[in-house]
Amino acid sequence: MHFEYEIEGGDFSSAGKASSDIKKILKQLNIDPQIVRRIAIALYEAEVNVVAHACKGIMKVDLDAHKIKILLEDEGPGIENIERAMQEGFSTASDEVRQMGFGAGMGLPNIKRNTDEMRLTSVPGRGTTLEMTVNFSQ
Amino acid sequence: MEKPNLKKLTKELGFECLSGKALLDRIPQSAYVSDLLSDVMGKARNGMIWVTSQVHKNIVAVASLKELSAIVIVNERPVEKELLEQAENEGVVVLASNLPAFETAGKLYNYLESWQDAAL
Repeated sequence: MHFEYEIEGGDFSSAGKASSDIKKILKQLNIDPQIVRRIAIALYEAEVNVVAHACKGIMKVDLDAHKIKILLEDEGPGIENIERAMQEGFSTASDEVRQMGFGAGMGLPNIKRNTDEMRLTSVPGRGTTLEMTVNFSQ
Repeated sequence: MEKPNLKKLTKELGFECLSGKALLDRIPQSAYVSDLLSDVMGKARNGMIWVTSQVHKNIVAVASLKELSAIVIVNERPVEKELLEQAENEGVVVLASNLPAFETAGKLYNYLESWQDAAL
C-alpha cells in the first residue's frame, strides 16, 4: 500500500493529520498496538518538523506485511549540522514555535528512539530528506 | 476497590469536563505534567492524564496519537470552541482545572496515589 500526504510549512492547525490517518490504517490492519504507537510518535514528530521549519513537504508511506517505510522530503532551509540536530535539547525553532510547546529539541531523538532505521540527509538552503522504517515484528 | 474512572475523578477534584463527556468511564493510569509537546510524545504513556497550560489545537493531536486518557488544562485558561470540537471528534477528553499546574498536579498525585495504596 502506498499513501502520500502534502504538508504545508507553518500550518500548525493541520499538523498531525497524516500521522492520525496512518495510525487508523495500521490499527485496522491489526498491527501490534505498541508498534503502532511508536510509528505514530515518529510520524507526528516528522510532520511537525516540516510544519515548523520548512516551506512545504511531502510524506510518502509504503506498507507491506512486514514493515512501514516513510519518506519525507521537504523544501526549506535544510539542516546545517545533522549531528548537532540529533542531540537532545538542540533546536533552531523560532520563539513563536517554542511558545506552542514545540522546539524542545526532542523531535529527532524521539524519531530515532521509535524507529528501527532512520536516515536524515540535507542540503542546506534546499531541503531535508528523512527516511524511516519500522518493522512490524520485533 | 476498583480504580476511579474519569467521571469520579472530575467530580471529586472539582475539574470541569469541556469535551468527551461520553468517554468519562476511562480509568486513568497515572499522569504527566508538561508544556512541551515532544516531551509528552516521547515520555508520556498511554492511558495517562496530561496536565498542561497549552491551549492550541495540537494538544488534541498529541493526546489522540498517544492515547492519553484526558488532558487537564490548568489555570482557567480559555479554550477555543474549535479545539473542543476537534477533541470531541477524535475522542479526546478535555478537563479544565481552576488551579495552577502545581496545585492541579498535587491534587491529582494525591488522589491517584491514594487509590494506588488502597489497591495494595
